[in-house]
Amino acid sequence: MTGLESVFARAKDEGRAALIGYLPAGYPTLAESKDLLAAMLDGGCDVVEVGVPYSDPVMDGPTVQMASDKALRAGFRLRHVFDVVEGISAAGGHAVVMTYWNPVHRYGVDAFARDLAAAGGHGIITPDLIPDEAEDWLRASDEHGLHRIFLVAPSSSDRRLKLTADASSGFIYATAVMGVTGMRDKVGAGARELVRRTREHTSLPIGVGLGVRNGEQAAEVAGFADAVIVGSAFIKAAEDEGAQGVRRLAGELAAGVRSPRPAGS
Amino acid sequence: MSAPRDPAAAGEPDKDLHAPGKHDPDERGHFGPYGGRFMPEALVDALDELTEAYDKARVDPDFVGEFRRLLRDYAGRPSLLTEAPQFAEHCGGAQVWLKREDLNHTGSHKINNVLGQALLTKRMGKTRVIAETGAGQHGVATATACALLGLECVIYMGEVDTQRQALNVARMRLLGAEVVPVTTGSRTLKDAINEALRDWVTNVDTTHYLLGTAAGPHPFPTMVRNFHKVIGAEAREQILEKAGRLPDVVIACVGGGSNAIGIFHGFIDDPGVRLVGVEPGGHGLDSGKHGATLSQGVPGMLHGAFSYLLQDEDGQTIEAHSISAGLDYPGVGPEHSWLKDTGRAEYITATDDEAMHAFQLLSRTEGIIPALESAHALAGAIKLGKELGEDGLILVNLSGRGDKDMDTAAKYFGYTS
Repeated sequence: MTGLESVFARAKDEGRAALIGYLPAGYPTLAESKDLLAAMLDGGCDVVEVGVPYSDPVMDGPTVQMASDKALRAGFRLRHVFDVVEGISAAGGHAVVMTYWNPVHRYGVDAFARDLAAAGGHGIITPDLIPDEAEDWLRASDEHGLHRIFLVAPSSSDRRLKLTADASSGFIYATAVMGVTGMRDKVGAGARELVRRTREHTSLPIGVGLGVRNGEQAAEVAGFADAVIVGSAFIKAAEDEGAQGVRRLAGELAAGVRSPRPAGS
Repeated sequence: MSAPRDPAAAGEPDKDLHAPGKHDPDERGHFGPYGGRFMPEALVDALDELTEAYDKARVDPDFVGEFRRLLRDYAGRPSLLTEAPQFAEHCGGAQVWLKREDLNHTGSHKINNVLGQALLTKRMGKTRVIAETGAGQHGVATATACALLGLECVIYMGEVDTQRQALNVARMRLLGAEVVPVTTGSRTLKDAINEALRDWVTNVDTTHYLLGTAAGPHPFPTMVRNFHKVIGAEAREQILEKAGRLPDVVIACVGGGSNAIGIFHGFIDDPGVRLVGVEPGGHGLDSGKHGATLSQGVPGMLHGAFSYLLQDEDGQTIEAHSISAGLDYPGVGPEHSWLKDTGRAEYITATDDEAMHAFQLLSRTEGIIPALESAHALAGAIKLGKELGEDGLILVNLSGRGDKDMDTAAKYFGYTS
């Protein structure tokens, strides 16, 4: 069983959803990002999603853009992501990387996969890479034993859900709403429907992201998904209160995923 | 006596301008290794829907007929071909002919693509159009087509560009469009596209993204090119008629590359015709402040396609620089990357200063004020004319008019006080 598989199996045994928290590597500085990610795990995240700051993050709203810009201005270099992942792995945590594709392409897809695997990372979430264009990544991920976490969206046709599910491993990232990352008051009925439709094509765990910001929403999503993914809210917490805020939010969300609200409640 | 020739037909060796052909990419939009779709999954079905709608429309006589009618009766096509003999004296004596896209309605070639995509938007039953703009030419053209066809219109424009092209902002607002200044990143064209993509992923049900250049994910590079092929088709017929032969060189400026790809395709199957794209050299290639994507870039993914790209060794986009807002872009359409690699087209650069010199020169020698973008092509003509000498024949795509650039020009030449 791989690291991610064991995480999902344990959560399932405990009758709850897994909690996945996102923060960009190098935000606000390289050293501080390590502390923030450690606080996230300490507070109760099962997996951390380590973001690669990028100049043109078209899937991200203002909060993640701001954090990416800060990291880049503070001198983030792509190779730092391996350093961050290694720190998490060494402390016994589970990490996946979330990155736009051009930095990986520029580094070399195989080389990136090799170095990520060596750092103990479990896989890559690819917001702007679809399986149709992912030939190199399919090969490299097999070669280096990494999970391919592709995204599905409420707009995805059944044909695309199947195609994407078939190419995925580890888990599938379902975007709760049509739009970019950022905190929302409601995560929408669309997420529940998307998870239901995606399940028809896969037995992989399905994580829901985009918009979740508090324990109550986490409980709601945990009622129908295998993982709850939270990003912008962690950045907000880090901006306001640093590592302490991140730890507290992780705790609140961890309690949320442990009290899943059944459908319709 | 034969019937008088329909003037629009003069611009219509274009029976097959829209039909699928040998210069189309593969079915997933690849020109060689370039192009494709590097896009969020959330937009893929919209891109499939667009591809399907376009594939039907391009072979539908009703659609093609309506597009032609609008080009003729609304945009003013065919555009003129004008010889520029006084300007040519500064080009080593080679003949210089200008394809006058500046005389189209709204003042640039952009109207061709915009009318095509706006018609397609109606066909798809969408009611809202979004677009990015750099210099404002594409924004104005989009706002115009939306006014004509009754579509809601939102234009994203980098804040830097809203300042250097304030008149075009006013124009778009007059036409009923909402103009959104973009304050992220470099606050220019690249970031306007990012913001338009964010809007699109949120509102894709009702909204068509009317991309303004032959870049982005499939099917945009092919579709936008085909809507601009009329430029090259007209120009080829006109130059044969007026100059009696094909040109030695066809020159166009390249930012994203839509006007260039449109005119190049009129001559792409004429092996004796050199196709030359002129990229913005900004302050000079050594300065690092330029937009010479094909000349200096490395292939990568930006805005949905794999193509040459100005990027650093970590794959972060490097901000472009050009005095011309319309060329201030670190990417380029994927077909240009393929034409570069295959050697069918060549790409050179003109600096800000060289473009400004050509801008003033054409104004003073011919009484034609070109867009700053087009001035780069003219600067290329000066270089290549010297190489070709008196026997040379150069066709320049004068992609737009320069009224919008008077503020920049007045500052550059010190005309203001």
